[in-house]
Amino acid sequence: MTEVERHSYDVVVIGAGGAGLRAAIEARAQGKRTAVICKSLFGKAHTVMAEGGIAASMGNVNSRDNWRVHFRDTMRGGKFMNHWRMAELHAKEAPQRVWELEAWGALFDRTPDGRISQRNFGGHEYPRLAHVGDRTGLELIRTLQQRIVALQQEDEREFGDPEARLKVFAELTITDLLLDGERGAGAIAGAFGYWRESGRFVVFDAPAIVVATGGIGKSFKVTSNSWEYTGDGQALTMRAGGTLVNMEFVQFHPTGMVWPPSVKGILVTESVRGDGGILTNSEGRRFMFDYIPEVFRDKYATTEEEGDRWYGDPEENRRPPELLPRDEVARAINSEVKAGRGSPHGGVFLDVSKRLPAEVIRKKLPSMYHQFKELADVDITAEAMEVGPTCHYVMGGIEVDPDTGATPRVRGLFSAGEASGGMHGSNRLGGNSLSDLLVFGRRAGLGAAEYVDGLAELRPAVAEADIDAAAASALAPFRTENGENPYSLHMELQQTMNDLVGIIRRSDEVSAALDRLADLKRRAANVTVEGHRQFNPGWHLALDLQNMLIVSECIARAALEREESRGGHTRDDFPVMSHTWRMVNLICSLDGADVRVEHQPIPEMPIELLGLFELAELGKYFTTEELVEWAEHPEGTG
Amino acid sequence: MAYDAKFRVWRGDESAGELRDFTVEVNEGEVVLDVIHRLQATQVSDLAVRWNCKAGKCGSCSAEINGRPRLLCMTRMSTFDPVETVTVTPLRAFPVIRDLVTDVSFNYAKAREVPSFAPPADLVPGDYRMQQIDVERSQEFRKCIECFLCQDTCHVIRDHEDNKPAFAGPRFFIRLAELDMHPLDTLDRKHAAQEEHGLGYCNITKCCTEVCPEHIKITDNAIIPMKERVVDVKYDPLRWLGSTIRRRRGSDVGDAR
Repeated sequence: MTEVERHSYDVVVIGAGGAGLRAAIEARAQGKRTAVICKSLFGKAHTVMAEGGIAASMGNVNSRDNWRVHFRDTMRGGKFMNHWRMAELHAKEAPQRVWELEAWGALFDRTPDGRISQRNFGGHEYPRLAHVGDRTGLELIRTLQQRIVALQQEDEREFGDPEARLKVFAELTITDLLLDGERGAGAIAGAFGYWRESGRFVVFDAPAIVVATGGIGKSFKVTSNSWEYTGDGQALTMRAGGTLVNMEFVQFHPTGMVWPPSVKGILVTESVRGDGGILTNSEGRRFMFDYIPEVFRDKYATTEEEGDRWYGDPEENRRPPELLPRDEVARAINSEVKAGRGSPHGGVFLDVSKRLPAEVIRKKLPSMYHQFKELADVDITAEAMEVGPTCHYVMGGIEVDPDTGATPRVRGLFSAGEASGGMHGSNRLGGNSLSDLLVFGRRAGLGAAEYVDGLAELRPAVAEADIDAAAASALAPFRTENGENPYSLHMELQQTMNDLVGIIRRSDEVSAALDRLADLKRRAANVTVEGHRQFNPGWHLALDLQNMLIVSECIARAALEREESRGGHTRDDFPVMSHTWRMVNLICSLDGADVRVEHQPIPEMPIELLGLFELAELGKYFTTEELVEWAEHPEGTG
Repeated sequence: MAYDAKFRVWRGDESAGELRDFTVEVNEGEVVLDVIHRLQATQVSDLAVRWNCKAGKCGSCSAEINGRPRLLCMTRMSTFDPVETVTVTPLRAFPVIRDLVTDVSFNYAKAREVPSFAPPADLVPGDYRMQQIDVERSQEFRKCIECFLCQDTCHVIRDHEDNKPAFAGPRFFIRLAELDMHPLDTLDRKHAAQEEHGLGYCNITKCCTEVCPEHIKITDNAIIPMKERVVDVKYDPLRWLGSTIRRRRGSDVGDAR
């Protein structure tokens, strides 16, 4: 029998970014004993890197904004692949979630009348992003962190123990979800993991688990994501019998740093463009005017003059195409560089210095100023930045029920945030991530608490044999001799995904990627780590690598399957958006050690939400059959 | 542009350790963290280091470079002479766990000792109104990425372990200042700063400000104003009496500003 440290909770939240912390706060508010598990130190999660803001239709800057406009923008941005119910809940509840942060101590930038200021962003019709300069993610995570401390102070007063009902387990990694051993698979009983510091094993007995572990970017070479983004939650869910939806949709943010090489991929916030930054190629041309797609033709300025006037008079002018959704801008930059019109280091130029005075740039974009000055010797108040696409976000993720975050195939398993899928369809709008974390983090915490209430006395039990098995697989890399170096395998994986399943995909390349992934999977079973279990990054990477390989296979298989181009999935061999493919969600599950992809119909949007769009716009995305059915519906007035 | 640099990195754990010499490749534009990562990938796969964002935003990769508290990800190799040996050691003010990783739990314990933001009880979310000029002072302190370099460099704890229980450190002085200057916070932070968090130990040498990667003016904008306010309140008998009575009543009304 394996020697483990053991804890018992009502709800265990894996992940301590925006979604995880908000879920934990909610579960605790519902009276549940709650544990939060962070892979890093408390307050360091990837949310901290979000820059631009939180999208919420508070209407503080333009009073015409409301949830319906936000809903429309979100569906358009996702090219109508979004789960309509998630987009609806998100648009309706985001303002409450932002105001609540303020009551917990967040200090957003203000409007002249003292309300929360809101800024323009790509794909959002009105200024909608609550922000703090360009460090909004830091404000969000610190506020949630401090809210947790506040709840712990309450418990200290009430029980003499600050961790009586809410405890943070920092630098602990979960490697397996444990299912009920008595009644067969299908219900969560707990989780198995290790303390990074000591390497000692830990078992959590808990009937409800919320997976909020974020994304998958570390499978790609050029990425804005931190090392934690290794697809842990997605892989844990699949190994427990759960499913992922639409993993082919990966967002490449159009503007990452491209030089120097060691910082390639680090994010350059979209706020630079929201605040007036323009994109030019090596010929000095504002090339985005050449890339306005048909579906957005009537919504964007067609001349530089109109685009420039929009900053002063948004009522009478259309916005410049630099503010198209991210997928459009990323593809345009990619095309310019491929056509030989790139900047010296393989990007394009992004310049805000001609639009705003130096002191305004330093105030509105302090982190960007700092980042370029210190890492690239570039003064963005005086010269252009060089930028190019970087792997930033995965729209696909764990399949969940929109209202509760419950996974359909594993009872007691919930998910929220970037780890879950559906909300953003094929492409996420900037600013919709932080609001997603809060809206669905809260809902998953609530869903988990209600599930625990419904269990009564009989809680699922962890089987000792499963603990032994989890320990054995975690220790496997120490038993292999003369195996491969996990760092080398990781680099090969990143290169493969970057080159063959990147921003533009082709059938033969994705197939080649799948062959390489199969080879990597075989070799990863045979990695060797040196040293012992105490804070050993080689060992940690060897375990993370297993997760990265599973999610990479999901991305590649789904990318090969979907024969169209839409949002964060562009097929060179199928360059057009297909109305029939819009109706298909691709569901990944594990079949033994292999990933299986199945087709599942997309949930049908109710008539009252369809009615928020013009028929002509829907015609760009929906099949004729769908539109006829809608037109014949008694409430379908168009 | 690539060259071989000489690195000296501390390796060990709580029981013992030593500086170990390495020769490692450095490329154009790299930072110290890139070089540490190359050591991991090619020479010592189990070298322990904390890091997350590699963009100066999360404050995880704090260590000491040539004896100076720095973020590994924001220290460019071009700031060193190629023939110079670069020495990397863990934060000195905190107990070593392994190699460059230290136990920073002191800071999380101190965070829990600062009473949380306390808005007026009748103010509902959505109704908050504050002017930009009034939030800016606190916003400066909320730029803090909790790298704890200021805590590491502060003489009060760096050289005097026994001061730790009574001293919150610069990071939490700016937290107190942030709440004190928050337009809608209702608690008295000034007495607490002096009497419970050890503000008086600080002798304003500004070392914390010097190492702050966010360039927060910790001493000038937080510590000194707090010290002055403490003095104001402490030696003004009427204000002292007033605040004492208010605290006894348990009222949530703050002092007039």
